[in-house]
Amino acid sequence: MGKNKPAASRADRAVEALLRVAGLSTIGMVVLIFVFLLQQGLPVFFRVPLRDFLGTRWYPTEGYYGALPLILGSLLVTVVAVVVAVPLGICTAVFVRELAPGWVRELLKPAIEVLAGIPSVVLGFLGMTVIAPWVRTTLGAPTGLTALTGAVILAYMALPTIISVAEDALDAVPKSLRDASLAMGATRWQTIWKVTVPAARSGIVTAIMLGMGRAIGETMAVMMVTGNAARMPLTADSLFRPVRTITATIAAEMGEVANGSTHYQALFALGILLFLVTFLINLTAASAIFAKRRQGGLR
Amino acid sequence: MSLDALDRATMIDVQHVDFFYGTRQALADVSAEITEHRITALIGPSGCGKSTFLRCLNRMNDTIPGARLQGQVLLDGQSIYTPHTDVVSLRRRVGMVFQRPNPFPQSVFDNVAFGPRVVGTDRNIDLSQVVEASLKAVDLWDEVKDNLRQDALRLSLGQQQRLCIARVLAVKPQVILMDEPCSALDPISTLKIEELMRMLEREYTIVIVTHNMQQAARVSDYTGFFWLDAQRSGVLVEFDDTAAIFTRPQDARTEDYITGRFG
Ligand SMILES: Nc1ncnc2c1ncn2[C@@H]1O[C@H](COP(=O)(O)OP(=O)(O)O)[C@@H](O)[C@H]1O
Ligand SMILES: [Mg+2]
Repeated sequence: MGKNKPAASRADRAVEALLRVAGLSTIGMVVLIFVFLLQQGLPVFFRVPLRDFLGTRWYPTEGYYGALPLILGSLLVTVVAVVVAVPLGICTAVFVRELAPGWVRELLKPAIEVLAGIPSVVLGFLGMTVIAPWVRTTLGAPTGLTALTGAVILAYMALPTIISVAEDALDAVPKSLRDASLAMGATRWQTIWKVTVPAARSGIVTAIMLGMGRAIGETMAVMMVTGNAARMPLTADSLFRPVRTITATIAAEMGEVANGSTHYQALFALGILLFLVTFLINLTAASAIFAKRRQGGLR
Repeated sequence: MSLDALDRATMIDVQHVDFFYGTRQALADVSAEITEHRITALIGPSGCGKSTFLRCLNRMNDTIPGARLQGQVLLDGQSIYTPHTDVVSLRRRVGMVFQRPNPFPQSVFDNVAFGPRVVGTDRNIDLSQVVEASLKAVDLWDEVKDNLRQDALRLSLGQQQRLCIARVLAVKPQVILMDEPCSALDPISTLKIEELMRMLEREYTIVIVTHNMQQAARVSDYTGFFWLDAQRSGVLVEFDDTAAIFTRPQDARTEDYITGRFG
């Protein structure tokens, strides 16, 4: 025993050091990526003033770098996707955790995880061949490649994340709380909505944030189904018109720009914006988790 | 049975109850009469079915898959195990306090208001008045009245348990079941809860499971002693006035248990 101890603790220390290096290098990587983005993107503001960058026309070939349509396009598609995905995701999580019989739950949980693994290109196919025609014929939009089509696909992509994180949060609610509620004569339904879901709210907020982060960063499927017209989505029917998102713009144009040109730098500036937004969203999600821990939430 | 039992009504009448978790029998032929406005204590070693028995009285066992009961349980003369028994309204009449305090992670006010708000049927109820009355009844009002919005989880465990009792009182039950309500508490909080039970007895019928024989002797009017039979099912060996159980038990097993020879 006594002899083994120093050896064991040396091994411990080695593992600890290894883990620290791994952890720090991950953080270092994120910092490096951000620095790289800043270095490539920020110089655009020497050539295009911020006011013009927030203008309403994105026409790089004519020298217009107004990114507002793209920003609003991303915003519109993401917000609508979240509005669709959140109630659906939470209801599914509640169903899976609280209502479904055991064997249904055992089937659904892996199915939902597989859903998360479907490549976004494949979902893009689905959007183009199923949802787009439906939007055109049923909703009478001039084209099926619209913001709505993109939002539906994005909602679909965000759903698995929202469902599984929200389901974990519900699962972490102690049985004693459900019992307390039932023993007072609350129905199963009242117990779910008045006790279990509120007790899991910080986890559910995290679920929404992570789902949103997934939606806003998605590129491929969105590029395939939104029509990619850089118009300001401010009219009432914008949902049924093509839009162009930040991600689609970067992916579509990056291959054609000259290294170091204004256009190149402008795309990097869009990348910085996207990075900051996703960073903020994830930060919000993380701080919800921390807040929960601090108040002793893992009861 | 004492004279007292004769002139007081039976609140709950348990007749020949057998209880099963799947195929495992947890209670065998248990009969007992719970007298109204009295405190009945249930004692016995752990695993002998005290909690199971308690949960038969408000049908909380219904939430356990595979659980099954045979026999009769009458509340105020009405069977609570008929196909058309309304379990929800049964549980409003028979409230329950658990072993570990389990307030909702909400404010003190919302915890007490939960019953009237969510479960209650009276839409015109004056919530703040109910909350105040319930908190006063458990002697918690003075400690929390300045900050009813604070998170219930910030209270001490003893306060949390009293809050849980107040939460039950707010639905105005007839019976309160308590499953080892003091086992997670310090001695001072325990005494406080015992005093409280003595006060509540005037308006409620109380059944308490306790691990602690002194507690049973201190607070209860009647005591039931549970034990495991040869098949390892719980049986109610003896049920009588608390004084009788503790001074002249009829069964040798009771005597051995209360004198500390085992258990
Ligand atoms: N939910 C359950 N499922 C299966 N068996 C249970 C369950 N709860 C209790 N039991 C069993 O029933 C017996 C009595 O348990 P319990 O009523 O909790 O005893 P006590 O409260 O006297 O300690 C024990 O053998 C226990 O293992
Ligand atoms: Mg017990």
